[in-house]
Amino acid sequence: MIDVVMPQMGESIVEGTLAKWLKKPGDHVERDEPLFEISTDKVDTEIPSPAAGTLAEIVIEEGKTVGINTVVGRINEGDGAGAAGSAAAPAPAPPQPSPQADGAEPSRPEPAAAAPQAPPPAPPAPAATVVEETAGPLSPLVRKMAREHNVDLSRVKGTGAGGRITKQDLEAYLASRPGPAAGAPPSAAMTTVPPGPTPPREVAPQAREVQPPPIRGEAPATRVEPMSIMRQKIAEHMAFSKRTSAHVTTVHKVDMTRVAKLRERIKGQIQAQYGFGLTFLPFVIRAASAALRQYPVVNASIDGTNIIYHRDINIGIAVALENGLIVPVIRNADEKNVIGLQRSIVDLASRARSRQLRPDEVQAGTFSVTNFGSFGSVFATPVINQPQVAIMGVGAVEKEPVVVEDAIAIRSVGYLALTFDHRLIDGALADQFTGKVKSVLENWSEEVL
Amino acid sequence: MRAEGSIVSEGAVCQLRDLGRIGFTEAYVLQQDFVARRKRGEIPDQFLIVEHPHVVTMGRNGRPENLLAPPELLARAGIAFHHTDRGGDVTYHGPGQIVGYPIFDLREWKRDVVAYVRGLEQVVIDALAGFGIEGARLKGATGVWTREGKIAAIGVHISRWVTSHGFALNVDTELDYFRYIVPCGLKQPVTSMRTLGCMVARDQVIRALIQSFARVFERKMETL
Repeated sequence: MIDVVMPQMGESIVEGTLAKWLKKPGDHVERDEPLFEISTDKVDTEIPSPAAGTLAEIVIEEGKTVGINTVVGRINEGDGAGAAGSAAAPAPAPPQPSPQADGAEPSRPEPAAAAPQAPPPAPPAPAATVVEETAGPLSPLVRKMAREHNVDLSRVKGTGAGGRITKQDLEAYLASRPGPAAGAPPSAAMTTVPPGPTPPREVAPQAREVQPPPIRGEAPATRVEPMSIMRQKIAEHMAFSKRTSAHVTTVHKVDMTRVAKLRERIKGQIQAQYGFGLTFLPFVIRAASAALRQYPVVNASIDGTNIIYHRDINIGIAVALENGLIVPVIRNADEKNVIGLQRSIVDLASRARSRQLRPDEVQAGTFSVTNFGSFGSVFATPVINQPQVAIMGVGAVEKEPVVVEDAIAIRSVGYLALTFDHRLIDGALADQFTGKVKSVLENWSEEVL
Repeated sequence: MRAEGSIVSEGAVCQLRDLGRIGFTEAYVLQQDFVARRKRGEIPDQFLIVEHPHVVTMGRNGRPENLLAPPELLARAGIAFHHTDRGGDVTYHGPGQIVGYPIFDLREWKRDVVAYVRGLEQVVIDALAGFGIEGARLKGATGVWTREGKIAAIGVHISRWVTSHGFALNVDTELDYFRYIVPCGLKQPVTSMRTLGCMVARDQVIRALIQSFARVFERKMETL
């Protein structure tokens, strides 16, 4: 086994950040072939492998900052010698204890020093086993917290600059640690435990040595979980949009009776003929396309002080995923009839849910439609999908008593919400646009079949 | 005669190539080629000077939140977008900027990547001084700074001690383009020589950079 160490990239340099492993454990590497990259002060450096063989082990994970000459990985030279290489291959886990191992901590006997017969109410923390070597520089606050909670910092994942452990990291670790002192020192915990599950008072001190009292059956007050990449993207995109556009929402009430009756009449036939159901959404998209054609500024984007008008009408449809959201795009939506639109919606939505969209299918949208009505919402105020300037939300279509020529009639009614970017679109225009969509829907005249 | 630490071949040749306006990708391919040849010892050190069309590039340590517009919006604004292997965060290159890419074998200068970056800063600081602009270093924020903000950005890649990428100095860059990004992930403003009131021809600045480069890195410049 050959140790691979963090090299010194200059006289004054005492540490480096492992930016990226270029090989995975089990991968073969040639001598002098780039093995990993480190970064120091705006410089990324490729580090060649010191030997040929198999990368047996990654000791230092990406993102961690360690001192020079720290072992970052190990190479098994026995690569060429038959089976040795493949035997060494599956060694993906670093030797550090995993969080699961942490979970077993409560049952682990405490060091002897912590087991006097009559423990004082607040036992002093055992000599801190704080390992700072791999943790990078620490703030005094983090040091103090780690001491107070007796945390082995080598087990805490740092998310700060260069893998540095921040207060948040430590708090997250403490919250996720089901072991003793999961947030409060033992003495405090003792006094706050409800009497139920605790053994009688006299035996408590003894029991505490083996099994800390407050834990069992009591979930921690918070749980920390990293966001998925998709969630991070959504968060970033939504906040970016709110920062960028002057969001205003206008809501129009639309009498969908004509469309509802048409839909009722033909949906069975469409199901039989095409194999999919018929919703209100393709009608709304068809109407929106006509309105976008009439009011091109709604089909535009802003670039600095320029307005970019798009020739094509590409309408994004928001698709709810199990744990997220994606907006695939129906290209040239204005060239499709209701059946073509419905087919596109069904196809894009099902492939979005099975994660089989191509990247170009979520790009180049010029306007978006979101159908929150399918979840029962009557109206909502959607967030603009940047760099577009408007999004239309379709509420649930429900039968309601409506006054028609001084008589009460039962009509199918739904609300259309248009969120528009008031930087570019004035209220009057937004209402003309939505009015056009409403008018197309209320006076639906196009044959579908 | 000379102190032992500086065997660094004063007068070692560095070939200078002013390539003019060239796309980021083309320049990158060219750099890769020079790096490979430099590693094999086929060519001496190189100093490439270029100007890029509008492009936003993201370094290895780049954080996506520092890109304020999605690549699609950049594309619509006529700005290319690339991930790249230099150090540092996100930056913008465009007309009015002098971009310097030294392909340098540090084994023949100093085996010290930080000293190299400090050297690049010095090259720019010295060149600016000739035009009456006071450039300075800011601790913890590599690059060259003036009172009005950052004027030159630095990002470097090193493979077997051979450098690529380098620095970008704003001469009369249209600074509005920087609003698509958080340059280098820092909140401080970006400035240019023109914004600081220095109306000077690009060629003059290039000449000054070459002179200070030769001095700082102790190279004999050979124009190709």
